[in-house]
Amino acid sequence: MRGVSGHVGQLVVDRDLCIGAGLCVLTAPDVFDQDDDGLVVVLARDGADPGAGPHTDAVREATRRCPSGALTWQE
Amino acid sequence: MTEAPALPWYLRREGEFDSAALRAHDQDGGIARVTTPNGVEAWLVTRLADVREVLADAHRFSNVIPLPLASRIQGQELTPAQLRLNRAGNLLSADPPDHTRLRRLLTPFFTVRRMRRLEPRIAEIVTAHLDAMERSGPPVDLVEAFALPVPSLVICELLGVPYDDRGDFQRLANRLLDLSLAPRERSQAFLDSRAYLGTLVDRARVEPWPGILGDLVREHGDDLSREELAGIGNLLLIAGHETTANMLGLGTLALLRHPEQLRLVRDHPERVEAAVEELLRWLGIVTTAFSRVTTEPVVLGEQSIPAGELVLACLPAANRDPDLPHPDVLDVTRGAIGHLAFGHGLHHCLGAPLARMEMRLAFPALLRRFPDLHLAETEAPVVLRTASVVHGVTSLLVAW
Repeated sequence: MRGVSGHVGQLVVDRDLCIGAGLCVLTAPDVFDQDDDGLVVVLARDGADPGAGPHTDAVREATRRCPSGALTWQE
Repeated sequence: MTEAPALPWYLRREGEFDSAALRAHDQDGGIARVTTPNGVEAWLVTRLADVREVLADAHRFSNVIPLPLASRIQGQELTPAQLRLNRAGNLLSADPPDHTRLRRLLTPFFTVRRMRRLEPRIAEIVTAHLDAMERSGPPVDLVEAFALPVPSLVICELLGVPYDDRGDFQRLANRLLDLSLAPRERSQAFLDSRAYLGTLVDRARVEPWPGILGDLVREHGDDLSREELAGIGNLLLIAGHETTANMLGLGTLALLRHPEQLRLVRDHPERVEAAVEELLRWLGIVTTAFSRVTTEPVVLGEQSIPAGELVLACLPAANRDPDLPHPDVLDVTRGAIGHLAFGHGLHHCLGAPLARMEMRLAFPALLRRFPDLHLAETEAPVVLRTASVVHGVTSLLVAW
């Protein structure tokens, strides 16, 4: 479990729950990717906070769509 | 041979794009009491929030239907051995941790990146079928010439199933989804289809074999039983061609019925992605998700549901939830992919990235090759599937 703090909330990623549906990659391709096993990875962008900045809306949308609950957004 | 029971209202899809099930939102707070074809009482859940809740909670809403209930649903006394065979390798009848074990083996084959690598081959298959349509000249049955063969060939190549066998597996898939048949006949089609995949697994164990089946046998042949491998292959084969084929067939009909939407898809490549999502939402071809059974008493919305009861998530109704803006309007510029056409939760469609890729390539290619595509001027150019687990068209005669 890994948390990344943002200005308006926090993206929480639990890879144990991931089923590799890939919706996050389609919704926020600048932030999420899949590893070779198909599980979610958060792209490192020079230490930038994925839950903040220009991608916040897309990240929140990805957490809403994530079917497995692997991605959640904590206010 | 047992007679097919009368089809309950929530399973009938008599309209091209509409059905009674889609209009069930307001019955008892969106949770309607229904009776399955064999007389089992069930709860039909139709509101978006409730459907999401059911599908997201595998602990309270289980995919593992206990033997007595499974027997009643199928209308025949199942033995524990029969039930085990039905379930082996079938991800849709498993909960964690069994489901997790199987799903983890398969996710690497369906990543967004893997699908992008398949893109050129899928485009080639689409082009080849459009060429053949053009050569044969109008009128053409779009289902037979394009909507069915494209996803069938794609899944055959991906899975490692000989395309020459398509006559048999397409017929079996059709039968096992056909709600006008007696449940016993449908389950026999399922078993026959499984048995066919079993023969492929046997061959893959003794000779070099292509595709996912070959990879699974090589890499996991010791961890997975023959029946599990056959069950996995069977599920991927059926789900891999029936769903996309009906999206392409019914989706084309939807665009032909909405010419202004058709023009947007045909003339604006940047709109295709959103258009595919909207077609998935609006058509809602899979009427109910795989049945769930409550493992404990639950309260859903304002409805109390005891333990051990059957819960059916009505996906097309949830996709047209009255709280959504203009839910009944097909608007390909809507751009939301928050629909439930691929389900939700742990069982969210494994092949969704593949289905999306196929549709994103197939719709615009078809519409650009034949800019004047229209229904053929013959009697009954559209034949609907009114009684199938997967809604769509049986035939769609088009001209250009």
